[in-house]
Amino acid sequence: MGLKLEEIKVLIKESIPDADISIEDLAGDENHYSATIKSKIFAGKTKIEQHKLVYKALKGKMGNELHALALNTMES
Amino acid sequence: MDQNTNTKIKNLIEKSDVCLFMKGTPEVPQCGFSLAVANVLKHLSIKFNSVNVLEDVEVRDGIKKFSDWPTIPQLYVKGEFIGGCDIIKEMFEKGELQTKLKEKNVSYKEN
Repeated sequence: MGLKLEEIKVLIKESIPDADISIEDLAGDENHYSATIKSKIFAGKTKIEQHKLVYKALKGKMGNELHALALNTMES
Repeated sequence: MDQNTNTKIKNLIEKSDVCLFMKGTPEVPQCGFSLAVANVLKHLSIKFNSVNVLEDVEVRDGIKKFSDWPTIPQLYVKGEFIGGCDIIKEMFEKGELQTKLKEKNVSYKEN
C-alpha cells in the first residue's frame, strides 16, 4: 500500500500538464498526503468537478493504494 | 453495483434531509476525515443521519460508484451530493455550507 509522492505528481501531470502541484507527506507513511494544485482547467468548475479531475488523474488509485489525499484545488 | 445496493443507497439518502456516509459513528468515528465532517455538522447543530460504511461492505463500495467519488466521508443534503471532507471543511470556513443549507431549507445554528 502507499504511493510515492513523485508518482502522484507524475500521474497528475500526465492528465493536467499545466498543473502547479505542491504535495506534503503528512505522516511520512506514503499514505496520507495533502496537495495544493493550481491549473487553468479548474476555471468555471465546481469543487466537486475539480476534485474529480484530480481523482481521475490518479486512475483509481485514490481510495485504494492511496488512502488519503487532502485536496485544495484552485484556478491558476 | 447490483440493483439492491443501488436501491438501498437511494433509500438511505432519501430517508433524511442530511445524510453522512462515514467510517464509524459520530460518537466514535474511525477515521479523522469522517470525524472532521461529523464535527462540522455537530458544530452547526444539524440533525443528520449517519451511515457507518464499515458495517456494510456493499454500501461502502456502492456509495463510491453511486457518487462517482472515491473516498469516504460523503455528505448528502436533500438528495444532493455536497462533497467529501476537504470540500465540506472549505465550504464551512467560507460560509458556503451555511448558504447551501439555507437554500435547501435545512435548519442549523451558528454557534
